[in-house]
Amino acid sequence: MSNTTIPSAASASASASASASGAADATAAPESAASGSEITGVGVSPGRVIGRVARMAPPVEAPDPAEKAAPGRSIDDEYARITDAAAAVQAELTARAATVSGDARDVLEATALMASDPTLAKAAKKLLDDGRSAERAVWEAGTSIAEQFAALGGYMGERAQDVYDVRARLVAALRGVSAPGLPNPGHPYVLVAVDLAPADTATLDPAQVIALVTSDGGPQSHTAILARALGIPAVVAAPQATTLTDGSEVYVDGTRGRVILDPSDAERADADLAARQSEALVPFDGIGRLSDGHEVALLANIGGVKDAAAAVDANAQGVGLFRTEFLFLGRDTEPSVEEQVSDYRAVFAAFPDKKVVLRTLDAGADKPLAFLTNDDEPNPALGIRGYRTSLEKRQVLVNQLRAIQTAREAENADVWVMAPMIATADEAADFVGLCREAGLPTNGVMIEVPSAALTAAHIFATADFVSLGTNDLTQYTMAADRQLGSLSALNDPWQPAVLQLVQHVGQAGRAAVSASASATTGKPVGVCGEAAADPALAVVLVGLGVTTLSMTSRAIQAVSTVLRSVTLDEAETIAAAVIAAPTAAEARRIAREHLPILETLGL
Amino acid sequence: MAERQATIASRVGLHARPASLFIDAVNRQPVEVTIAAKGSDDLDASSILSIMSLGAANGDVVTLKAEGDGAEAALEELAQLLETDLDAE
Repeated sequence: MSNTTIPSAASASASASASASGAADATAAPESAASGSEITGVGVSPGRVIGRVARMAPPVEAPDPAEKAAPGRSIDDEYARITDAAAAVQAELTARAATVSGDARDVLEATALMASDPTLAKAAKKLLDDGRSAERAVWEAGTSIAEQFAALGGYMGERAQDVYDVRARLVAALRGVSAPGLPNPGHPYVLVAVDLAPADTATLDPAQVIALVTSDGGPQSHTAILARALGIPAVVAAPQATTLTDGSEVYVDGTRGRVILDPSDAERADADLAARQSEALVPFDGIGRLSDGHEVALLANIGGVKDAAAAVDANAQGVGLFRTEFLFLGRDTEPSVEEQVSDYRAVFAAFPDKKVVLRTLDAGADKPLAFLTNDDEPNPALGIRGYRTSLEKRQVLVNQLRAIQTAREAENADVWVMAPMIATADEAADFVGLCREAGLPTNGVMIEVPSAALTAAHIFATADFVSLGTNDLTQYTMAADRQLGSLSALNDPWQPAVLQLVQHVGQAGRAAVSASASATTGKPVGVCGEAAADPALAVVLVGLGVTTLSMTSRAIQAVSTVLRSVTLDEAETIAAAVIAAPTAAEARRIAREHLPILETLGL
Repeated sequence: MAERQATIASRVGLHARPASLFIDAVNRQPVEVTIAAKGSDDLDASSILSIMSLGAANGDVVTLKAEGDGAEAALEELAQLLETDLDAE
């Protein structure tokens, strides 16, 4: 990548306006962002901060099979490059191992030893004989060892991944580029990447990362979910972010979706204001309600016991989405009922007398499971996933329900159960039937397929409740892949079509006749998708008939504060105005206009 | 050529932490050491990849070999290390 000449003040402001208006036009993109220039994207987690950029290093690409050592280099020269790189990688991993403990430390120490392993070095040296470059020799030697391990399976098979990791680090060191994975600048930073996957961010230290910026991704991508869980600003789908370089200072506005390089005094003042505003948020007291007392329970989305602890800290009124995949992912065989019981109990025990809505196994699509799903579907998102896996592998679901019931009887949580990916009233009836056979008292379904939203009235004939999975509902309604940043405008829960489906389900819920003794009509309609975490959208959802909201624990405080600024009548009026809007942008604008508290709180 | 057999005492076998500790000890010796198990070739005992490929489990017997001054003492020290439950540390 060549460097542009340093622009003068005049040309800097000219290119600033060019890049701001041309952000979506690739041909107008400058090679590197000029000082003061603004990069636009989609704001997915509110807040404004200033910090230094550290880029996620891209994965290491295989050296070309024909790559040879530079002319004039002897085999000994090339070998010396390998041993130098090995020593450097070993030193870095050993230093990192010293900062962690337990299993993580053992893995890093073993990996450090792999980097400088004499067997690997010898194998690479042999490959230098016919003129291969050090990079190519190391790549091939590493590949061969990793494949041997993989073929052994079991514990050795798992270590193959470590060998691939070492291979990548050695080649990166030889090339003089950053090691793959999270950067380690030694100070808090703004993480900039093309996109972020759960594997990339598993070891992310929230004390170090103060904002997220990705050039790809969308409002419901992993980046958005992670940022909201951490409570840090995030901007996604910002193609110009590829021009940001390590060490540059940026102002990140996750509320409006802007990144400004080399911020001025105006941005610094705004970042200070943001810090003061976040202190003004009132801690949640455990009662979700509007200003007139109308109750809307605020629950947490969790994936396991650690999340449960965060939910309890945030005073969540219970769990609106307990994802159970953690028990199943990455395994060759189904976990035993005993194992499941133990894990479910650990979560139920954290919420005595509180509601815990458990979602049965949601495998397939981006969450494949060896013992359950096919990996050769042409369109996994439209394939055998969620509830559909029980069409052929019914016993897995039956076993899970049995485990849930056993765990439920041993604890005091108010356990509800729901199935993902339900498309018809038949499927809902089948699932609810299975649950009742297992002895479970309160059973419902997720509404994430448009057909289920449209036929909600029929679904309510058997389901005790429904929960709107707005992430997937948006994806399917707008026919736009959640993972594509280029489609982020479509993958937006503010889209009128999506809101209209929510309204339809809300109305069906109100009209549904509850079989309970009190003869009041109405069955619960929850929202557990990311939409619930957006305070402005939360008001609209309540106005459309949603009865509970479940979100990442960290978002509860802001949502609660904004809900308490309106009455139910006001929420319904705002919802009516919003749903009449022809576009998502207009819908947002109308909501913000009616909710001045958002400005005050910097949300 | 000095030779010594040792029975792996670590519960996890010669993997992860026990393997790292063993290799640290091998690297401290004045002689080069080889290790073999279950009919394998004599492998470089300072190579974690080689040791891992042995797949030595708790209770397995490994054969250590070394040559030169200090070989006997080196193998004695290493054998005692392997016969300690390194997981317990």
